[in-house]
Amino acid sequence: MITVDSLTRRYAGFTAVDNVSFTAQPGRVTGFLGPNGAGKTTTMRVTVGLTAPTSGSATIDGVRFADLPNPGLEVGVLLDASAQHAGRTGREILSVAADTMGLPRQRVDQMLELVSLTPTEAKRRVRNYSLGMRQRLGIATALLGDPRVLILDEPANGLDPAGIRWMRDLLRGFANQGGTVLLSSHLLHEIEVIADDLVVIGNGKIVASGTKEELLAAAGTLVRSTSPRDLAHALEQAGIPSTLAGDGSVRTDADPARVGVVALAAGIALTELRSAEGAGLEDMFLSLTAETQREGVAA
Amino acid sequence: MTATTISAGTTAAIPVREPVRTIPTARLIKVELRKMFNTRSGFWMLISIGVLSVVATGAVIIFAPEDAVTYESFATAIGFPMSVILPMIAILGVTGEWSQRSGLTTFTLVPSRGRVIGAKAIATFLVGIVSMAVAFAVGALGNLAGSALAGVDTVWDISLSTAPQIVLGNLVGMAIGFTLGVVLRNSAAAIVGYFVLSLVLPGILVLLAQVRDWFSDLQPWIDWNYTQVALFEGGTDTAREWAMLGSTTAIWIVLPLVIGLLFLRRSEVK
Repeated sequence: MITVDSLTRRYAGFTAVDNVSFTAQPGRVTGFLGPNGAGKTTTMRVTVGLTAPTSGSATIDGVRFADLPNPGLEVGVLLDASAQHAGRTGREILSVAADTMGLPRQRVDQMLELVSLTPTEAKRRVRNYSLGMRQRLGIATALLGDPRVLILDEPANGLDPAGIRWMRDLLRGFANQGGTVLLSSHLLHEIEVIADDLVVIGNGKIVASGTKEELLAAAGTLVRSTSPRDLAHALEQAGIPSTLAGDGSVRTDADPARVGVVALAAGIALTELRSAEGAGLEDMFLSLTAETQREGVAA
Repeated sequence: MTATTISAGTTAAIPVREPVRTIPTARLIKVELRKMFNTRSGFWMLISIGVLSVVATGAVIIFAPEDAVTYESFATAIGFPMSVILPMIAILGVTGEWSQRSGLTTFTLVPSRGRVIGAKAIATFLVGIVSMAVAFAVGALGNLAGSALAGVDTVWDISLSTAPQIVLGNLVGMAIGFTLGVVLRNSAAAIVGYFVLSLVLPGILVLLAQVRDWFSDLQPWIDWNYTQVALFEGGTDTAREWAMLGSTTAIWIVLPLVIGLLFLRRSEVK
């Protein structure tokens, strides 16, 4: 379990992470979401001891990362796949990591196979790797020590569609075995498919956290009807604020059951009624982080 | 490169979890030694030590006049490229973690940065000792071959007390490189810094000593190059001369290394 408690990291003149608290539970994939520069990476860097917190703490099963005797065996970390010595071969990078952790060399071959890097590719120097190959190598490094916890920053970056699917299955399997996964991404679809829990961060502050279902349910209801105007009017009469979208759908914060009752009472036939989940994470993300978006997207 | 779906069981290759123990220091040193030479630049540095030793030896055999075919000539010829390459190895061993950003992995696998730097220091020291041993051996072979070819007596004019001083002189150069690596944490800056300290600074200090009397007495206590050259010449004998070496070492190595380490341990690894 990863526990981040009242974590703050200040730089001269600005606060990158502001009193952030959340947990990533074992057996679940926790998605860490936020616009560029929201503080995702800084939070992860503090968690693995690369950046010192200004205040607050981050622990892995109650222990500070820096106090773990052999962290590679307990926490798999991938923060930046490009952060490797370009003059080393892929195999050499894994061998050095395996040696550091005290693992047998055959573990290197197992990992290369797991991430589908061929023996020829493993002999090439990392400067000649594509981003996707570096990402695979980084994932291999993270999994090398058979850890219980994974901390991955944008792991899907640069992977081809098959690679993304592979990674998703891998992380799902890891969590199903009781592992803890914290992964950040700005690829909302990716997170939506894989995450069980979500932590949304904007301008260094947590703006929402909870299970995916809770958060998406909070996104309200989407309802369609043959006469959307009448529907919007009926909702208004019932004291439910709603918005009529250009595509003829009506959105409201009320839950679907209540909207259904109002429509029935008004005698309006519905063609679609559901929680706004499908539109989904993107809308939720944009509305939650609206004030912190660079583009100033309206909610 | 095709992606395959891996079943959930694959990552659990080690079924029983043993209690995790702290990474032993000997292992860290081994890893750091490996890292010094498993990159392309590191590999060629190592090769170049061997190649240049042989080339320098060959040059002495071919070009030196008969009376100069002595062990000292060989040692000096081999010593010059060594005194340049060894500090570079020391620099890159440290700065690579930042300039090549591999420190992101290194310091997540071993969060205690002091231990990593300590292991690097020991690995650098070992490389220095072994390289010097190789250089002395190549020089000895060259001396035997050279004197035989020139038909003169083999002259062993480096005493047993001088050899350790030459080794120490090279270790001082490596330590300066290492210190620059720790302080600057950038390959290019540290290499430039090394040449400034070893080529530009001595000239300035010598000039200063010539024009200012009060400084000429002080110079041997401040100019690390001065004390290093004394070592290369085997001329550090008196307590006063050793104290001078101690003084320049404290100023240029110990003090900056301590300050650099304090910053390094707190700095962000980007």
